Amino acid sequence: MTGFISIEGISRQYGTAPAIFDDLWLSMQRGEFVCVIGHSGCGKTTVLNILAGLDTPSTGTVIVDGKAIEGPSLDRAVIFQGHSLLPWRTVMGNVAYAVTSRHRDWKSAQVEAHAQKFIDLVGLTGAEHKRPAELSGGMKQRVGIARALSIEPKIMLMDEPFSALDALTRGTLQDEVRRICTDTGQTVFMITHDVDEAIYLADKVVLMTNGPGAVLAEIVENPLPKDRARADFHKHPLYYAVRNHIIDFLVTRSRGFMQEQGATFDPRNVAIVRPGLLDPPLEGEGIGRLRRPFLKERTPI
Amino acid sequence: MNRSLTWRAAIMSLVIFFVFVLAWHLATRGTGTVQQMSPEYAKLMGLTATQGKSAMPGPLDVGAKLWEHARHPFYDNGPNDKGVGIQLAYSIARVFLGYGLAVLFAVPIGFLIGMSPLMSKALDPFIQVLKPISPLAWMPLALYTIKDSALSSIFVIFICSLWPTMINTAFGVAQVRKEWLNVAKTLEVGTFRRAFTIILPAAAPTILTGMRISIGIAWLVIVAAEMLVGGTGIGYFVWNEWNNLSITNVIVAILLIGVVGMLLDLILARLTRLVTFPE
Repeated sequence: MTGFISIEGISRQYGTAPAIFDDLWLSMQRGEFVCVIGHSGCGKTTVLNILAGLDTPSTGTVIVDGKAIEGPSLDRAVIFQGHSLLPWRTVMGNVAYAVTSRHRDWKSAQVEAHAQKFIDLVGLTGAEHKRPAELSGGMKQRVGIARALSIEPKIMLMDEPFSALDALTRGTLQDEVRRICTDTGQTVFMITHDVDEAIYLADKVVLMTNGPGAVLAEIVENPLPKDRARADFHKHPLYYAVRNHIIDFLVTRSRGFMQEQGATFDPRNVAIVRPGLLDPPLEGEGIGRLRRPFLKERTPI
Repeated sequence: MNRSLTWRAAIMSLVIFFVFVLAWHLATRGTGTVQQMSPEYAKLMGLTATQGKSAMPGPLDVGAKLWEHARHPFYDNGPNDKGVGIQLAYSIARVFLGYGLAVLFAVPIGFLIGMSPLMSKALDPFIQVLKPISPLAWMPLALYTIKDSALSSIFVIFICSLWPTMINTAFGVAQVRKEWLNVAKTLEVGTFRRAFTIILPAAAPTILTGMRISIGIAWLVIVAAEMLVGGTGIGYFVWNEWNNLSITNVIVAILLIGVVGMLLDLILARLTRLVTFPE
């Protein structure tokens, strides 16, 4: 089965140094929100850049919507880690720049109306004529989100979009990104360092081992309900099962993962785990009772 | 606080100015001994010998001369007696022509160097050799090939304005943040549009800084060039007044050269501020 996005055996090598990551396989469905977690240096950003078309894999390919990626595309919007706004343009100017890039033939009134819609969507109404230097970190990132959304991409790629923000701003922005993405059924590939962020936002959390030679170790399916809310998702009975599983992986297993797996590791069929849940989930016993921390199963991707 | 600093600085400037003028006045008041001589002989001698007046003009002489020039800046009594306004206009016109041409060449070439590492490396030795050549060293070659002294001085301005602008443009273009270029890439912006909407605005402050250095050098060089080629211009005026032994006029010209140079720099500084963006 191939998904909407299909990463097929990519690796990236610079010169003769060992590959940063090796033989990555991953399939994503339309409308899925996938978060990637891994230690620094495992090549997360490189994977994202390859998906964006800004970098090319040394081996393997990435197929999006039935076509192999050949360079950047307006179908794949990127929200960069630093906001990367154009400082000489206003908020409106930055968003409008993206809109004109998408719709070359639009009149300026049409462009502005379209841009305004997305500025309103991220809650920046009234700040249209400010320059990035006059905005707070959170507002800048909102502009970045509005710019990415305004081209109505098939996929959103986010590279630690909230890492530079304070905790409160981060929370609000996560809420908004989650709302917008659920409302529009946006497919999202996001890199993060924040386990809670991943659990709150993602449908699937992809765990990567340490680089060099990083591999995609596990795919954690988020067992929390789709309509989870920031206020109480951390009180959900399965929350700690997921969280502990991911943190255990990052702290202890990510380094020695390949030894743990030995020769049986198959990069094309990485384990899909549903922490806290047996498959099929046991009815009646209730999901409130924590079972084994996780159950592994192998399903072909 | 800031305002009071400005005021205090202005007062300080005035104090320094008056102290300097006073010292100048006292120094040139004339202390020389007056010799007795026949009136016929005295007519042949300068005021220094007959009245003990200093050979160096004092601030009052310069002020009076300046006032005289200010009242009739544009008179024209033939080739060797033109108003100082006309002379300055000639110089400024030459600078603008040569400098304008230089900018027209330097910015596109700088763009090319900044965008292409190949061209950057390939052109580097030429720039390194051509850059340190004194612009006046080109003068004989220019006179020989162009066979026109006015055009030669414009050429000299051109060649000296070229390098700072070109090098700064190349630097500014090469230093454009990768993230901004990536924004353009992910938005599938074409090369041409990228050059005008991303690289040019991002590099504009650096380019303008180069242009500001260039105009400073151009204004320095025009005086020397006009001394060489003669005819018109503030540089020629200085040399002509030196030959007339009118030190007063030389000092007036020096002052004017300074003021015009400051104004040119001010214009470019304003333009730089227009394109500078806060980050």
